[in-house]
Amino acid sequence: MSPGGTAKRETGHVTGHVTGPETERDNERDAGETGPRGRAVTTVLIRRARVLGGEPRDILIRDGVVAELGDLSGTAAGLTVDADGLIALPGLVDLHTHLREPGREDAETVETGTQAAAVGGYTAVHAMANTSPVADTAGVVEQVWRLGRQYGHCDVQPVGAVTSGLEGRQLAELGAMADSAARVRVFSDDGKCVSDAVLMRRALEYVKAFGGVVAQHAQEPRLTEGAQLNEGEVSGRLGLTGWPAVAEEAIIARDCLLAAHVGSRLHVCHVSTAGSVEIIRWAKSKGWDVTAEVTPHHLLLTDAFAESSPLGPYNPIYKVNPPLRTQDDVRALREALADGTIDCVATDHAPHPVEDKETEWGAAAMGMIGLETALSVVQEAMVETGLLDWAGVADRMSVRPARIGRLAAHGRPIEPGAPANITLYDPSARQPVDPGSMASRSRNTPYEGMTLPGRVVATFLRGTPTVLEGKLV
Amino acid sequence: MKSHLISAGDLSRDDALLILDTAEELARVSERSIKKLPTLRGRTVVNLFFEDSTRTRISFEAAAKRLSADVINFSAKGSSVSKGESLKDTALTLEAMGADAVVIRHPASGAPHRLATWVRGSVVNAGDGTHEHPTQALLDAFSMRRRLGRLEGLKVAVVGDVLHSRVARSNVLLLHTLGAEVTLVAPPTLLPVSVETWPCQVSYDLDAVLPKSDVVMMLRVQLERMNAAYFPSAREYSRRYGLDRDRFARLHDDAIVMHPGPMNRGMEISAEVADSRRSTVTEQVANGVTVRMAVLYLLLGGSEPAIGGAE
Repeated sequence: MSPGGTAKRETGHVTGHVTGPETERDNERDAGETGPRGRAVTTVLIRRARVLGGEPRDILIRDGVVAELGDLSGTAAGLTVDADGLIALPGLVDLHTHLREPGREDAETVETGTQAAAVGGYTAVHAMANTSPVADTAGVVEQVWRLGRQYGHCDVQPVGAVTSGLEGRQLAELGAMADSAARVRVFSDDGKCVSDAVLMRRALEYVKAFGGVVAQHAQEPRLTEGAQLNEGEVSGRLGLTGWPAVAEEAIIARDCLLAAHVGSRLHVCHVSTAGSVEIIRWAKSKGWDVTAEVTPHHLLLTDAFAESSPLGPYNPIYKVNPPLRTQDDVRALREALADGTIDCVATDHAPHPVEDKETEWGAAAMGMIGLETALSVVQEAMVETGLLDWAGVADRMSVRPARIGRLAAHGRPIEPGAPANITLYDPSARQPVDPGSMASRSRNTPYEGMTLPGRVVATFLRGTPTVLEGKLV
Repeated sequence: MKSHLISAGDLSRDDALLILDTAEELARVSERSIKKLPTLRGRTVVNLFFEDSTRTRISFEAAAKRLSADVINFSAKGSSVSKGESLKDTALTLEAMGADAVVIRHPASGAPHRLATWVRGSVVNAGDGTHEHPTQALLDAFSMRRRLGRLEGLKVAVVGDVLHSRVARSNVLLLHTLGAEVTLVAPPTLLPVSVETWPCQVSYDLDAVLPKSDVVMMLRVQLERMNAAYFPSAREYSRRYGLDRDRFARLHDDAIVMHPGPMNRGMEISAEVADSRRSTVTEQVANGVTVRMAVLYLLLGGSEPAIGGAE
């Protein structure tokens, strides 16, 4: 399959084309380093990649680390990738992924979820805690972490639950998870809000002891009982119980004040409203340690899709929590991501089996998959609108999420000495979104039927390719 | 007309008038001693009811039978649905049985839209969650036109729990299409947040609206709303938004009172108002059968005239 498919391909080299087997000698000579997937690759030469969208340069990777940048033609390597026309970004980092294992392996597993991540250009994902059993003990987070290492498609950093069983009654053993092999730093009851103000305060305070952060799913539970869709014009017409913006904003405001009061770090998950943006902007202006994420779908889609879409009205493929909002919210979220009020893009990749979506709206599960389309959606919403350049994309999808999650090996600039976590992306491609060809075990993408720009051509995790020519290695 | 009747908003003015005019013709059948037409002989109509609604089901059943259709009643209780069968599997089952039309009542808003993606037959929405109930709006319009002779320019007050009312949504859409002027009257808690974008007026003050109204349609108010703090007590609701004798006296002489049923006598409507000659409550029930005959006829019977030779 031709990877990019458009311009600049007349040179005879196919973009992302691999020249490998004839350089076995190099492999032998450099033998010793074995990639996470057992594939021995020691030196990789990426030819003519535009690092952060800049001028084409060659990147030499040796032993999992960026060794050299510049004009390196003639340099021998175990693997040479022609990246002419491609943009090189630091490997993407997702702060918010649902891998579903343990418990819902029918929807996703660590293996398939990390495959989807790699295909989407990610080299690290944070696995949310709402599994079954809940990731609220050292044992569960270590299990997830070990599975991630075993498959090796990308690094899996487990998120620990804030409260035992996500029940909002008592703190989970946060310290034990922090001290475990998984070294948990992000704690979240995501899917549920830590709505009890005292419990939230204590969690914010407690995790300071080990540099942790509480990532809040901001949803006032009483204001959202039975909520189905953003409360507004569309929910009124469709007769679906409204999910009011204030239910998110009230919790964010409270949490910002709590974090300031106890001097703690707060991260706000999936910000979805213009009002939330204003509150976070205000909290940051005070110098408070508050960070926030926005999902790709909240940057592109609105609640109007529930009423009218190519997939028909009331199609629960658009049902998600927090819900899709209005065009005004989308505009505010894009601006906030551009000006840094919102720190990063996080997918909230939420796989569900077909039968949980092929239902009436009210009975359907909330959530949509997003790992494999995130970069394309960000290109569509942020780059093609002139709001972010590629350096900005790298900052919001790799540098800042790695910093928030305290992942030292990720989100580093592509320069000598940095771990070679690199994504090669072809921004000139345009392709229809095909749920059937996705690596995720689930198919619940809201972009079905749309054509999105861009395509991840290759992903390298510590120098080892996890994706080449757009396909899993 | 489209192949389904799911939202009153899908009906053009011509569609809506065709249904009402067809219903007028069919009303004559109801006056005969033998109330049956052969029009839908050999066609199968399934009443797929996921909520208890004896009134609506019987109305559709009578309508289909008077047109000689075979009727299958599928009630969620005691069926495979209560054992966890999905709406989709139920739909595929009905499809395999060759249902020509599926009349669906469902507690989830939008269920008929979903059903329509899984079956080839016509889908008729008999009430979906808090969304719509288009045949109720059609029979209401039919009843108004019969009593008052017109719809264009009629001033219609719809009073009560608009937020949770499928009857209100369908009536606003249909009456707007037909040129009537609707005013929704409710406490602010029982109105959707963006109701100002609907094609109607909104008021919190029933007493101000009543004297100007040609039609007052009272909606059923469920007492459980009180527990969710939509209003403080049944008495207070009744005092502020109930149609009692005193308010009734302030209506002009030709105005009519409607209620989709079932009524809470003494709550949103007093017994004497409900039983007055200006109340259309029982006519609405009778007209329901006629209008549903017209809908099934037009969806399934094609373009032939309803009863020999008219059109």
